[in-house]
Amino acid sequence: MASNFSIKHQPGFTTIAATCFVVLYLPIIVLVLYAFNAASSTSEWGGFSLRWFQSAYQNTQVIDATLRSFQIGAIAAVLSTIFATMAALATTRTAPYPGLTFKYAAINQPLMVPEIVTGVALLIFFSRIKIFTGYSGLGYLIAAHTAFCIPFAYLPIRARLENMDLTLERAAADLYATPWKTFRRITLPLLWPGILAGLMLAFVISLDDVVITEFVKSGGQDTLPTYMLGQIRRGVTPEINAISTAFLLLSVAIVTLFFFVSRKRD
Amino acid sequence: MPDKPDRNAIEVVNVSKIFGSGEGQVAALDKVSVSIRENEFFTLLGPSGCGKTTLLRLIAGFDFPTAGEILLYGQDIAPLPPFKRPVNTVFQSYALFPHMTVADNIGFGLEMLGKPKGEIKARVAEMLKLVKMEALAGRRTAQISGGQQQRVALARALAPQPKVLLLDEPLSALDYKLRKEMQIELKRLQHETGITFIFVTHDQEEALTMSDRIAVMSSGKILQVGSPWDIYDKPAERFVADFIGETNFLTAAISGTGNGKARATLKSGTTIEATVAEGFQPKDNATVVVRPEHAKLTKDKGDLSGTVENIVYFGTDTHIHVQLDGGEAFTVRQQNTRSAGCGFERGDKVGILIGNDAAQVLRD
Amino acid sequence: MAAAEEVAKAAERRDVRDRWLLSAPALLVILLAATGPLLIVLVYSFLTPGAYGDVKWQFSPDAWISVFMERDIFDDTLSLAAAHVTIFWRSIKLAVVTTLATLALGFPTAYFMATRSEKTRDLWLFLITIPFWTNLLIRTFAVLQIIRNEGIINTILLKLGIISAPIQILYTDTAILIGMAYVYLPLMVLPIYASMEKLDFRLVEAGYDLYATRFKVLRKIIFPLVKPGVIAGSILVFIPALGAYVTPVVLGGGKNMMLSNLIELQFGQGRNWPLGSALSITVMVIVMLALLAYVRNAGKSGVRHG
Repeated sequence: MASNFSIKHQPGFTTIAATCFVVLYLPIIVLVLYAFNAASSTSEWGGFSLRWFQSAYQNTQVIDATLRSFQIGAIAAVLSTIFATMAALATTRTAPYPGLTFKYAAINQPLMVPEIVTGVALLIFFSRIKIFTGYSGLGYLIAAHTAFCIPFAYLPIRARLENMDLTLERAAADLYATPWKTFRRITLPLLWPGILAGLMLAFVISLDDVVITEFVKSGGQDTLPTYMLGQIRRGVTPEINAISTAFLLLSVAIVTLFFFVSRKRD
Repeated sequence: MPDKPDRNAIEVVNVSKIFGSGEGQVAALDKVSVSIRENEFFTLLGPSGCGKTTLLRLIAGFDFPTAGEILLYGQDIAPLPPFKRPVNTVFQSYALFPHMTVADNIGFGLEMLGKPKGEIKARVAEMLKLVKMEALAGRRTAQISGGQQQRVALARALAPQPKVLLLDEPLSALDYKLRKEMQIELKRLQHETGITFIFVTHDQEEALTMSDRIAVMSSGKILQVGSPWDIYDKPAERFVADFIGETNFLTAAISGTGNGKARATLKSGTTIEATVAEGFQPKDNATVVVRPEHAKLTKDKGDLSGTVENIVYFGTDTHIHVQLDGGEAFTVRQQNTRSAGCGFERGDKVGILIGNDAAQVLRD
Repeated sequence: MAAAEEVAKAAERRDVRDRWLLSAPALLVILLAATGPLLIVLVYSFLTPGAYGDVKWQFSPDAWISVFMERDIFDDTLSLAAAHVTIFWRSIKLAVVTTLATLALGFPTAYFMATRSEKTRDLWLFLITIPFWTNLLIRTFAVLQIIRNEGIINTILLKLGIISAPIQILYTDTAILIGMAYVYLPLMVLPIYASMEKLDFRLVEAGYDLYATRFKVLRKIIFPLVKPGVIAGSILVFIPALGAYVTPVVLGGGKNMMLSNLIELQFGQGRNWPLGSALSITVMVIVMLALLAYVRNAGKSGVRHG
């Protein structure tokens, strides 16, 4: 055995890990490269060009779908984050009380059910309501997105809260702060990074959803992912690569932000 | 005893605190009563789980008693939430607000009380000076050392001029040297501010050096309240004698009580004089305690006799463990000198002399 | 009874009430737009299909019967529905193999990440997090471009002369498997890494000190200690893999159906909402069974360490 025996070494593990990282990124890199391809097909390289970005930008369907995605994502993220924050405050840092386990289960329930099942359920439920009320706007998509975003927004907020020392709030109360003032001056500022992380997570999750949106949307309510899925089903053009690249860039930006916000410790 | 006025700042009357319910019930405090005088440095001393912190939390308002009253200058404060009590706490973990500066932390209580800005500023400056932290007023609390955090926590709790200051093992996170410094600092602050301090600790040495009076607690009960001298020299119960300092326990028959004195007949047949609590009835099977430093070892015949078992050198003194002829163990502490050894060796047959003022009869 | 205790009891009651009020909006939204509708699915599965989709409000067990059986149109006898069984079998098989493949790749990856220095660990975590939060459709699309006949794998193999004609990967079960393993790999790595990061390597040292080989240390010390992470990762991969919709659509080309595609079909061309509902409930039951197994296992191996 070598003179410097490494405790942590396991044969082959590093090779597998390296392969995994390469394999994870390689397809994405290829996809991005082909977005800048001048040729009309994705099988040959015709030189560098921005034409597919241009064409995507001039495609009103793409722009419509993008704006719709942002609109649904923004509203769903804000609503779900507010609700998740309230729920997190209600379910952390307490002795067990009747209903607490039920709340955990209920809040995490959307994570436990395959998307396809939720999609089907909402299709049926909302189609009834549509007949009943005659309303067929974006409200259904927003409601659905808010619901499945809640458990995601809840995760970082709850994690942050659980790491927060109750003694700080006690100290504030000891120093004559009323419960509301304690919340405003101590709890909320300390919880803020968790709330931001939850907000960003919810936004990304909403933006990424395909399955539930596919089942809930009415005609003409395509979001960017459902529009892209439709296009991919029909056949591949480099325009999809361009849209994907722009989408990727946004995701990476949000994830990077999320990463730093949730890692921030004070 | 120094000239303390006799007014009570805090009166704890028959307070019980029961956690849990049914089978899992635990009485953290069991009908505890104690009075804490105005301007006094009062210490709750006991091992962990004895109920001292629970009692402090009840006074602060973080918990409510299951039964009993807590009076602050005659008013029952037990039902009040913490933000309505003119009592402030120094937390074991300091609990400084990490998103505020040192000055903002100190001014927080005054701000919450709705004091005008000018007054807060002046008071914060005064507090910073009191704890010698003027230079660090603008720092975030994460950027200062543990000792400095301790000072800020003190200043923050003192700033609203509470009627009583509660200190929950505030020195336990500091290293030895800093702890000694802060002990002196705390005494100074208490003297300068004239505020009643209630101090919780499990460290008997800390309690003895700092307190005007000490309450020794065990299993949710207060066993003895008294000055450090009382607690050390006249322990009422076995637990108190054992918890504070080192003690030898001897079985003796007590007779001739009166005037706080009694005659104790030891197993060896020797009779010595011992102090005793008022109203103690003579009995055959009582326990007498003798501190190791109050006994003397001799090569001649003493009040007790035995064999040297072990000799442990401590620098300032030497502990000599003796196996008494009756089978009991007895330790004698002997001051060291530079030139000579302790004068005994393992296996020596020795006698133990117990002075006239060395023994105390326990209540139980 | 002390006044203080009355106050304490009232405060406790108020606290519980406030906690219910605070969680009410989240619970309500989830009840209305996630959990509640599942009950309607259950009801629909017992109704009769309508002529143009939706249902007729008439009880019928047919949907449930046709989940696994089919009725012969001539003599009305029931026989095993070969098409459905095939799809069930393919879905479960693909989900299990995906889980095993991601475990085989994810475990060493998580181990590698957890054994990096404190500083670089965050970087590796970041690198695994990016694909995790990148749109699943885009990542599936990226795989499509790699494995299709004109994709770089076939191009390189052709150029190198290893093969003479492109290998048909796309639109096969293998394509779905590759795609799912690719998109769900981070879901496996993250929970294992979370357990692995807490692993106390002094225990590994102790293992070596007591004459264990590298493999024995891995099997007897490391693996049992990170087992909760492995189980969590497996569940996180298995559930979405079983209900996968995007991957079979994009990489299976609609030919190699999985359960979700079969369900979708009933709500589209199939116009058999009750059957779609019954199939959905069946998928959910399989998932619940998997979760139950997880909870039991997690309960057993719930040894605290570190």
